[in-house]
Amino acid sequence: MANFTLNINGKKHQVEVDPATPMLWVLRDHLNLTGTKYGCGIAQCGTCTIHLGDVAMRSCTLPVSQIGNQEVTTIEGLSESGDHPVQKAWLEHDVPQCGYCQTGQIMNAAAFLKANPNPNDEAIEAAMNGNICRCGTYVRIKAAIKTAATG
Amino acid sequence: MTLVKTTYGRRSFLKATALAGGGMVLGFSWLAGCKPSGKDALTLPKEWFNINGFLKIGENGVVTIMSPNPEGGQNVKTSMPMIVAEDLDVDWAKVIVEQAPLDTEKFTRQFIGGSQAIRQGWQALRMAGASARHMLMEAAAQAWQVPAGEITTEAGVLFHKNSGKSAGYGEMASAASKVSVPKEVKLKDLKDFKIIGTPRKNVDGLKIVTGQPLFGIDTHREGMLIAMIAHPPGFGLKLKSVDDSAARAMPGIRDIFTIKVLNDDYERQHFDTCTFLEVVAIVGDSTWEVMQAKKALKTEWEPFEAYSEVRTFWGQEKQTLTIPAGLESSSVHKSKMAEMAAKPGTVRRKDGDPEAAFRSAAKVLERSYTAPFLAHNCMEPMNFFAHVTADKAELAGPLQKPEFTEKALSERLGIPLEKIDIQMTRLGGGYGRRSYAHWLLEAALISQKMNAPIKLMYTREDDMTAGIYRPAYHATFRAALDANNNLTAFHVKAGGIPESPLAADRFPAGAVDNYLAEDWTIDTNITIGSYRAPRSNFMASAEQSFLDELAETAGKDPLDFRLELLERAKTNPVGEKNDYDAARYAGVLELVKEKSGWGKNDPSGASRGVAAYFCHNSYVAHVMDLTVEDGKPVVQKVHCAVDCGIVVNPLGAVNLAEGSVVDGIGNVLYGELTFKDGVPDRSNLDKYRIIRHSEAPKAIEVHFVKNDIDPTGLGEPLYPPVMAALANALYRATGKRLYDQPFMGERQMLG
Repeated sequence: MANFTLNINGKKHQVEVDPATPMLWVLRDHLNLTGTKYGCGIAQCGTCTIHLGDVAMRSCTLPVSQIGNQEVTTIEGLSESGDHPVQKAWLEHDVPQCGYCQTGQIMNAAAFLKANPNPNDEAIEAAMNGNICRCGTYVRIKAAIKTAATG
Repeated sequence: MTLVKTTYGRRSFLKATALAGGGMVLGFSWLAGCKPSGKDALTLPKEWFNINGFLKIGENGVVTIMSPNPEGGQNVKTSMPMIVAEDLDVDWAKVIVEQAPLDTEKFTRQFIGGSQAIRQGWQALRMAGASARHMLMEAAAQAWQVPAGEITTEAGVLFHKNSGKSAGYGEMASAASKVSVPKEVKLKDLKDFKIIGTPRKNVDGLKIVTGQPLFGIDTHREGMLIAMIAHPPGFGLKLKSVDDSAARAMPGIRDIFTIKVLNDDYERQHFDTCTFLEVVAIVGDSTWEVMQAKKALKTEWEPFEAYSEVRTFWGQEKQTLTIPAGLESSSVHKSKMAEMAAKPGTVRRKDGDPEAAFRSAAKVLERSYTAPFLAHNCMEPMNFFAHVTADKAELAGPLQKPEFTEKALSERLGIPLEKIDIQMTRLGGGYGRRSYAHWLLEAALISQKMNAPIKLMYTREDDMTAGIYRPAYHATFRAALDANNNLTAFHVKAGGIPESPLAADRFPAGAVDNYLAEDWTIDTNITIGSYRAPRSNFMASAEQSFLDELAETAGKDPLDFRLELLERAKTNPVGEKNDYDAARYAGVLELVKEKSGWGKNDPSGASRGVAAYFCHNSYVAHVMDLTVEDGKPVVQKVHCAVDCGIVVNPLGAVNLAEGSVVDGIGNVLYGELTFKDGVPDRSNLDKYRIIRHSEAPKAIEVHFVKNDIDPTGLGEPLYPPVMAALANALYRATGKRLYDQPFMGERQMLG
């Protein structure tokens, strides 16, 4: 067990956990930030995507001990009231079916668009390939990313 | 206007409504759930008035509509309340939707399954809205001292034209809640619909995109412990011994014990399938700590002896089933299926003299098709919250059939049904898997033992390796053509492990004079159950691939060949039990033919495949255009034609259609769960391949047949024919027919 001070969504949080604990479980179990989802635990599905600085990371394999002072953003902190351009585009295209993977999709898309504000289809596919949607909303996700990029 | 009685099925809707009149007294926690969310939230009324079980109206006119069925991505939480709102004649912008509690007295059929929610809810939902509207009109008539028949409504406002009076629903809500429920109500004419048939966004959209806790896995209570289970690594195995000394000493671990999920003498109902009857429970303070202890647990497993269980399947007599012993392997399954396919099966339907027709045929085509077990892989792994005390049980989580699971739970815990409260959370996918809620029993038993609130979490590995899978299937088709290439006989023999996928009265039964349908089964101890469009998900792929090859053998266009057979079934059907409407079936083929420009040159060098199917009361045809690039199929475009009657919410319907197409392509290309000595070969998403962004179609166009037929389901019917459309398009692209699914599996290239 060790104490960590984490900078999450612009606020400081103290947790006392095993240093090997992945951020996913720190967020979900210890801080009750459940918007970040568990899907596979081996960084294969993307449901647990958060931002470390500006970079999208899989929180299920990211030990809390490696965070340090870096700024962590989760879906709860992406915008104040769901008005991030990616979230707005998701609502405009009515993307979700079951909705479980969508927070991870949105976090991944938001980081991707920040690095690549005007992507083509191939770039979108390559960037989003690590995020599985079992309901198959891929066509809408791609359209929403394009809307977010141009909007 | 349609006049309908306010009864539904065996149950009187009136009685349910009368009960609902005291709803608040009965402890509905509606208000607690009605917290405003987001910036567009409505101003909530100071007071609510219950009108009936489905809705309540506030003094300011805001309406809360209860969505009776669980939501797992089928859009029912948006589209079912739309139906209520239509006949209530209210402004959709003033509607709040709430998930209804499980209450089988008030609501009928509160479950996900068989694409039936809209179809079977249609009348009851319309009636609920219409009854409330009638009561509001009565209340206004009394207040204004005018005949009720002179009152009209529009978008939540009552009008009396002659006196010029008007009032919002909210103003009359209090009085309306005291009006007696009508014995009959008028439903709107379809031409007057303002909400049904118009695109409406997902009512939970904002909550989803902002990551609010909607899912069972997000459940959090003060003092809640986390539980996981350790289960046999393979089917055919049971627990021999547990050494928990190391695991028990690990940080944050509270207890480790074994639980028996069902009692030996329990008579199981249809949805009581349980993967492993005895499992080890590990309980601790946090998920990560419990995960570590689970890894440190030392367990020995041993093969079990064959045993029997008493079981009642839907619509069947009670049966005693034998669960065979043995550690099964897919290689053995494959040869056993080929063996069974070579022997005569059980005859399910015979028309004419098929054998004579085959003997005199000019040409005979025979082909066999196979498909493997599939895991559902819902993105939200199985989980459930349980808080069981001495005399009651509170549960919350994602499940498809709460009213069925409740019975097994009551018996197992020894707590009466009325002391069990199951709250339905949003489901992070279901696809059939969450119909079998043995994990709910596990959660409840662990909570009972711990005397504490707990959340049971399956890891992804548990979810995949303790599955209730889509069975493995095999089908052989044989067809006879005469010298003029007319179809003279059709023979299907299908089977599976452990269930037959055959639907003997389905097309092309009825379209051919000489027809034979047989089936067979092979027992297994691998647990199987519903998977999106059960049985049809294989039979459509096999049959529609075969018809494509048969059309080619006959030298006919594959789409026109189907229409030719359907014309026969429509004008002069063979037999009386055919389970489809040949005109509606032909209708979707004609629509997809028109919309895709079928028969003209294939677009932009792409190869086209067509397939159609009828299941779950709806008709679907797809035309798929694909190219092959670097040995990989690239789906350029899919045209879908659908006849599901009235489309309630076109926006949700198109989304569901697109998802079905993507799911179908993914499973037929990659989906596969194989076994070796009882152990699944894949346990996580690094090995189990699920379709990804770059593999989805570049475009999907969905077209609905416009008619006034009461709506039927959409969650399943679009899925089965996708696989054959892809197989048929691939054949045109590569010149090679594919018979064994998955077509690619783990391979990066075809072939």
